[in-house]
Amino acid sequence: MTDWTPAGLLQGYGPGGFYCELFGAAQRPAPHTRTVRERIDGLSLAELRRRAQAAERELFNLGVTFTVYTSREQIDRILPFDVIPRVLSAAEWATIERGVVQRVAALNRFIQDVYHEQRILRDGIVPAELVLGNANYRPQMRGLKVPFGNYVNICGVDIVRGGDGRFYVLEDNARTPSGVSYVVENRHLTQRAFPDLMRNIGVRSVSNYGQRLAGLLAELAAGTGRDPSVVLLSPGVYNSAYFEHVFLAREMGVPLVEGRDLLVRDDRVFMKTTGGLQPVNVIYRRIDDDFLDPEEFNPGSMLGVRGLMRAYRAGNVVLANAVGTGIADDKAVYAYVPRIIRYYLDEEAILPNVETHICGEREGLEYTLQHLEELVVKPVGESGGYGILIGPHAGRNALAEFRRRLRAAPANYISQPVVQLSVCPTVTRSGIEPRHVDLRPFAVTGRSTWVLPGGLTRVALRKGSLVVNSSQGGGSKDTWVLE
Amino acid sequence: MNNLLARHAECIFWLARQVERSNSIARILDVNESFSRNTRGEHDWESVLRLYGDEQNFKATGRRPTADAVIHFYILDDHNANSVLSSIRMARENARALRPLISTEMWVQLNGFHNRLSRLRKADLRVENLNRLCSYIKESCQTHSGITAETLYRDESWYFHQVGRAIERADQTTRLVDVKYQVLLPQPSDVGSPIDEAQWNTVLRSAAGFHAFRRVNPQSMSPSKVINFMVFDRRFPRSVAASVLVANEHLHELRLKHGHTAKRSASNLLRRLAATLAEETADDLIARGLHEALDGIQAELGAVTDALGREFFLLTETDDAPQPPAESAA
Repeated sequence: MTDWTPAGLLQGYGPGGFYCELFGAAQRPAPHTRTVRERIDGLSLAELRRRAQAAERELFNLGVTFTVYTSREQIDRILPFDVIPRVLSAAEWATIERGVVQRVAALNRFIQDVYHEQRILRDGIVPAELVLGNANYRPQMRGLKVPFGNYVNICGVDIVRGGDGRFYVLEDNARTPSGVSYVVENRHLTQRAFPDLMRNIGVRSVSNYGQRLAGLLAELAAGTGRDPSVVLLSPGVYNSAYFEHVFLAREMGVPLVEGRDLLVRDDRVFMKTTGGLQPVNVIYRRIDDDFLDPEEFNPGSMLGVRGLMRAYRAGNVVLANAVGTGIADDKAVYAYVPRIIRYYLDEEAILPNVETHICGEREGLEYTLQHLEELVVKPVGESGGYGILIGPHAGRNALAEFRRRLRAAPANYISQPVVQLSVCPTVTRSGIEPRHVDLRPFAVTGRSTWVLPGGLTRVALRKGSLVVNSSQGGGSKDTWVLE
Repeated sequence: MNNLLARHAECIFWLARQVERSNSIARILDVNESFSRNTRGEHDWESVLRLYGDEQNFKATGRRPTADAVIHFYILDDHNANSVLSSIRMARENARALRPLISTEMWVQLNGFHNRLSRLRKADLRVENLNRLCSYIKESCQTHSGITAETLYRDESWYFHQVGRAIERADQTTRLVDVKYQVLLPQPSDVGSPIDEAQWNTVLRSAAGFHAFRRVNPQSMSPSKVINFMVFDRRFPRSVAASVLVANEHLHELRLKHGHTAKRSASNLLRRLAATLAEETADDLIARGLHEALDGIQAELGAVTDALGREFFLLTETDDAPQPPAESAA
């Protein structure tokens, strides 16, 4: 914080020992954010609040909402929006971008291998039972080819920044990651509410995500040799991400369908239109594997399409993401991703994992048992049910109980230190205060991978909270990647 | 361009009907309240229940058919699928399903309309506030129509919206005319009396047709003239005949432009109804019994809706039939 001292709104702001996205750290200032800091510093709190309220009201009116259904009523909620942006320098972004591209490439190679030769399992790099015994492993995918050999076409990588100012991957979302609509909507909102804040700064655009996604789906269709008749398959209006499905369908100009709008005849997929049945060749599906096809997976699913897997296996329809990608974003597999990257790409991970101890391995278990009160212990795969243990917050009985569970089934757990997430100045009831943030960039992969410059910055609005999820008091911020 | 999803076609057809229905309910409550102001003593609100065939449904509320109870039943009652709140809630759910098709402005307006309705309290519904509330509902429904006309892309969805709105309006106008019948004809001695004329005026005003009626009939006011105007006058946009023509024209254009020429049954039914309306007069209806004649028109409109369901919404494929969208019983 040596380059400049706030004299206005940001006077008295202190990141409380954490790395700050706007101020950096004492030993590592963030000169690229200086103009933004100065401009925010020049605003009054009342003005900032007024603009923030207007922005949130607009989100509500536009219906940029997720709906909470209770037995009696439905409540539309917005993902709270904080007007102070999170700003990444071109160099920081370059690292993230390369890291995400690398990671997605490795995950795709891994999935391809698992459903074909299984070299990585035979070589003992990843324990076979961890993958083959995983609920998200889909034997239906054995030997099946997918376009370009890429299974994860849309990937969201959850990244945090530690106290050292470096980025770490916390989680991969390789199934049906959501949140990208907020990235675009947040930018629109900033542009309307804060044109003066953005002026002449040179922020990379995020508005072409829909075109990129449409381009990807057309590219995937090209392999089928048919017209790219693309649809977006949604669970429907009751799904909490429904707004995003609407958003993406509109951005791409493709029909937003539900399972009941589709049917399979002679292993081909059709949609029911006013003009009768019309063919569908590519489905961007926002429904999990389990619900895709009651014939193959959850037989009680009302959301899916009977026979879809038959059409898929016959090569008559492309699904994005492919079926069976859940093996790549399991918490247990996560721990092995640095080794997976090394195995397939012969590279070190550009974005390291958060330090992770695999309790299924002896040293990992011993370390975890010795340091339980400092660690977060997470259940892996579908083995859980006991939930997460947050060591520093747990009482003596809980710790003892967890030790017993760990010893009984060590392979069901991984452990990590509590990550000191970076903070960002945020508008709160008591003025501008630091709040913890993470980052979810979105990668789109067909023949090659493109990463939307920015991503979803989620912010834990409760003081001191490290939980950024929208269901637990999380909000979001616009994320600026500087040119 | 692909054809519209059958489910979306059905959703927008019903969305238009639900908004138009709310528009008419506001008009009917408003006109009935005006009757009650012009009548001495306790006014009969049961006529509105009879009009919609809701006597049994209302009984289930356990309330007497007082002004307050009937007004609540038709504006805020969750359990009444025809209440304005229920209709607009369903319209909003349909709009939510249609969001990839409709304009953001359409969604924002309908969403705001719904949110305001759902915040209404008992006091807002008191008879002395009813006129203001009904005006708000009417205006909101008209705003929906205006925004739709100004922003909705002219693909199939536009035609289904227009057909839905026109069919609902034709149906509702028959009911509006019937209010008068229900309320007054039981007492033939009133026919032609001053109070009778005032009430016919009210019917015309509720449909925003009073001044137009006066221009067509500057000298006189008679039941058959009002019925001629409300049912048969093609130049009056809320008349049954005008609405049937609008539905017919839009369905015709939809079939031509979007490759549906082989689908004839809904279109034939509408054309036949339009032809009948072109030939008949108020005196024919009165001779047949006005109430029965209006019921007959409602039944024919119902047959058109069923035919649309079979031809366009794919409602007959039993195994794979789309589940109906939020839809209320007409």
